[in-house]
Amino acid sequence: MQNRFPLRALFLASAIGVAAPLSMSAAWAETPAGTLVIAHQIDDIISLDPGQSFEFSGQDVVRNLYDRLVDFDPLDLKAGIKPSLAQGWEVSEDGKTITLTMRDGVTFHSGNPVRAEDAAWSLQRAVKLNKSPAFILNQFGFTAENVDERVSFDGNRVILQLDQPYAQSFVLNCLASEVGSVIDKETVLGHAEGEDFGNAWLSTNDAGSGPFTLAAWRPNEAVQLAAYADYWQGAPAMARVIVRHVQESSAQRLLLEQGDIDVARNLTPTDVEGITGNEAVKVTDELRGRILYMGLSQKDPLLSQPAMIEAMKYLIDYKGMEASFLKGQWKVHQNFLPEGYLGGSDENPWTYDIEKARQILGDAGITSGTVTTVVRDIREYLDVAQTLQAAMAQVGLTLEIQQMTGAQVLDAYRARQVPVFIGEWGPDYADPHTNASTFAHNPNNADDAGLSQLAWRNSWAVPEEMNQAVEAATLEGDTDKRVQMYLDIQKDYREIAPIIPMFQKIEQAAMQQNVQNWTSGGSVSSVMYRQVTKE
Amino acid sequence: MAQPDILGQPGQGGPVPAGHRPGAGGARLRRRLRSLGGILLSLALTLLGLLLVTFVIGRIMPIDPVLKVVGERATQAQYDAAYQVMGLDKPIWQQFLRYMAEVLRGDFGRSISTGHAVAQDLLRVFPATLELAMLGTLIGVCVGVPLGVIAAARRGGWLDQIARVVALVGYSMPIFWLGLMGLLLFYGILGWVGGPGRQGIIHDGMVPTVTGLILVDSLMAGDWAAFRDAFSHIVLPASLLGYFSLAYISRMTRSFMLEQLSAEYVVTARVKGLSERRVIWTHAFRNILVPLITVIALSFGSLLEGSVLTEIVFSWPGIGQYITKALLAGDMNAVLGGTVVIGTCFVALNLLSDILYRLLDPRAR
Repeated sequence: MQNRFPLRALFLASAIGVAAPLSMSAAWAETPAGTLVIAHQIDDIISLDPGQSFEFSGQDVVRNLYDRLVDFDPLDLKAGIKPSLAQGWEVSEDGKTITLTMRDGVTFHSGNPVRAEDAAWSLQRAVKLNKSPAFILNQFGFTAENVDERVSFDGNRVILQLDQPYAQSFVLNCLASEVGSVIDKETVLGHAEGEDFGNAWLSTNDAGSGPFTLAAWRPNEAVQLAAYADYWQGAPAMARVIVRHVQESSAQRLLLEQGDIDVARNLTPTDVEGITGNEAVKVTDELRGRILYMGLSQKDPLLSQPAMIEAMKYLIDYKGMEASFLKGQWKVHQNFLPEGYLGGSDENPWTYDIEKARQILGDAGITSGTVTTVVRDIREYLDVAQTLQAAMAQVGLTLEIQQMTGAQVLDAYRARQVPVFIGEWGPDYADPHTNASTFAHNPNNADDAGLSQLAWRNSWAVPEEMNQAVEAATLEGDTDKRVQMYLDIQKDYREIAPIIPMFQKIEQAAMQQNVQNWTSGGSVSSVMYRQVTKE
Repeated sequence: MAQPDILGQPGQGGPVPAGHRPGAGGARLRRRLRSLGGILLSLALTLLGLLLVTFVIGRIMPIDPVLKVVGERATQAQYDAAYQVMGLDKPIWQQFLRYMAEVLRGDFGRSISTGHAVAQDLLRVFPATLELAMLGTLIGVCVGVPLGVIAAARRGGWLDQIARVVALVGYSMPIFWLGLMGLLLFYGILGWVGGPGRQGIIHDGMVPTVTGLILVDSLMAGDWAAFRDAFSHIVLPASLLGYFSLAYISRMTRSFMLEQLSAEYVVTARVKGLSERRVIWTHAFRNILVPLITVIALSFGSLLEGSVLTEIVFSWPGIGQYITKALLAGDMNAVLGGTVVIGTCFVALNLLSDILYRLLDPRAR
């Protein structure tokens, strides 16, 4: 046989295949100075309009494109609300009118001046647009019909007329959320289509006065921000911020170790452990606002028995999970207010105690039973469900685990059809009322009430005293008293509630050693880039 | 040369079909037109059928697209308003007609999972997949075909054994794992290739978008550094996809060749004293070209659908990830738009292989 030719061709082909990559060796790289490169899962963004954005990654972007009347200091989140575009504010004697005075000399990215008119219009717009975050403002009695009167401006002052004398901290905390962002009215109206208040345009563009401008947003791929040179608090140190969508933790880790990115935000505990020996990178732990909880539907004949609710609190292996698959990412937290919030409590009275659970159940005559949990296809949730399943089996209870996609679980949950729910709740704004109103408030437990509160979704008829206490806490002007009210509510809540907070989120951001002043926004806010430097 | 007849390539010397007779030009033109019309009709029917099926599946799927729009915290009133705006309160056939009317006007609607116009999204994600699929198929063909031919020619030899193992591994290895290992080795340890993503940070967004294929765009801009960078990023995922299509193509090539090599005309050719090289490449190989093209087109088509796992591992913003994500969100505008693109590709590939058949096989003319 003399078929030499094909053999030679084959070798040649494979030689080229091997040699091509060899010839362009790209050794350890470093991101350009003045550019901050972040790997993050950002495929949840559906809009960058502050009046619509309500996803974690979307808010991360909006926070840096826009300023708000009042805001948090990225270097001192604990200090709470500080003046921002408003340099000060006054509350009327009856507590129902708040007047904010605008700062002079601030300009939008378009060059237009930031006026009281823009600020008032932005709030009116959010209310009239009536997208997901509108309720944050509507809490103060604003409706699409009355908001033009209730939110007004006069010269350089913005005037808010509330329907109740709400606590000043409550109002300001809400104004500091993304929906309170001040938008460039002239620019946006120039892009309005029909009655959309420029929503279609603003969803993919920016019209803010914040420290960064939007350079590009390619969905599921990347968000690029450019520093705004004329920012009123000084141009940010990072001229460019690039957030890349990298789904896989291991890929984020590789990119970080190769020096192709500065920050990796979604590392699994395994990967965090894997890089701890690496001198070039560091890991920061930051407590975030999200709560991992378990909801027991009060429609279920077994789960609605008080003994069952109490026993379940002892069947959760808090420490065991915190030390194993939740390691470094979640810490035990048994209150509905996250640590870092006004009124947040760090009392964690329950422990994993099978004997105690068995005794409680035995006293109530419960020796067997079966319940179902519907779990999203997220590894942690499934692990929690399985741990719970094992613990329940020891006291004669069976937990059936059904796995579904996020959208399917949410559908069933909204229809009040999930017996045992395991999942996360993220606060909507920086005030304690955000969680109190969902965990401990349910004004109408009817099936057709169609509410979004977690208490309603779990069919829990919250006792009337607790409903009233939650409402009263929004009106308490004295902040110290207000804090005490929330502590009291949480104490009562722990005794009886069938929606059991278990863990609070810790965000582990891994970054190059030279990245300074990183913050993911703590428990009260979203990520902020303007103070970040690279040495 | 009388060889073609003996060697099983009839047609060239045989009777000419009636339509091809000189003087029958009008009839031929009519036939051509009819076949063009037929092609267009089959394209339209295929796409219509695809859209209809996808639409119905999308609507009966237990995923609520409204929730994606209004968010988890929406009140019932906000939910109802969005439900109406999206036209979901109308019967399915009306929704479908409304959608088709918009598509015919060239409007694929807005994606609810990205907030962008679907057409704009597709223009971004499809070239990413196309670039990867073309390079992957190129690798698959350039390596897979010779490998398959040699394996058949030296059946049972060491090269055949190697080819068998290579193909078997290619079939059975999870692409997810292989991708991560590849990244770890070639990017993490050796530093030979670029990391996840289509481009390095420095080049990101620096080359003007013309075709959306970064390799082509950077060449058109004359930016060699950007080209090298893009190549270093695509080479690993393309090799991975190439490996998978290689496994399939080499196995199919081998079995086609074996069939031919046992045919009588090969025996005849050998008896006549033709060199083995000529027997294999000139006679036997030419006869497997037609089925081989089908195999290659199919394998290219499957790469065009987007390899979701490869795209996830390599943070490759392609159409596979796009459609999958949209489907999970109940974002039917995006799913349908993607379906149209992929459906059109398949029809086009079919058409292309039809044309190639006619060129290569006189019987099909």
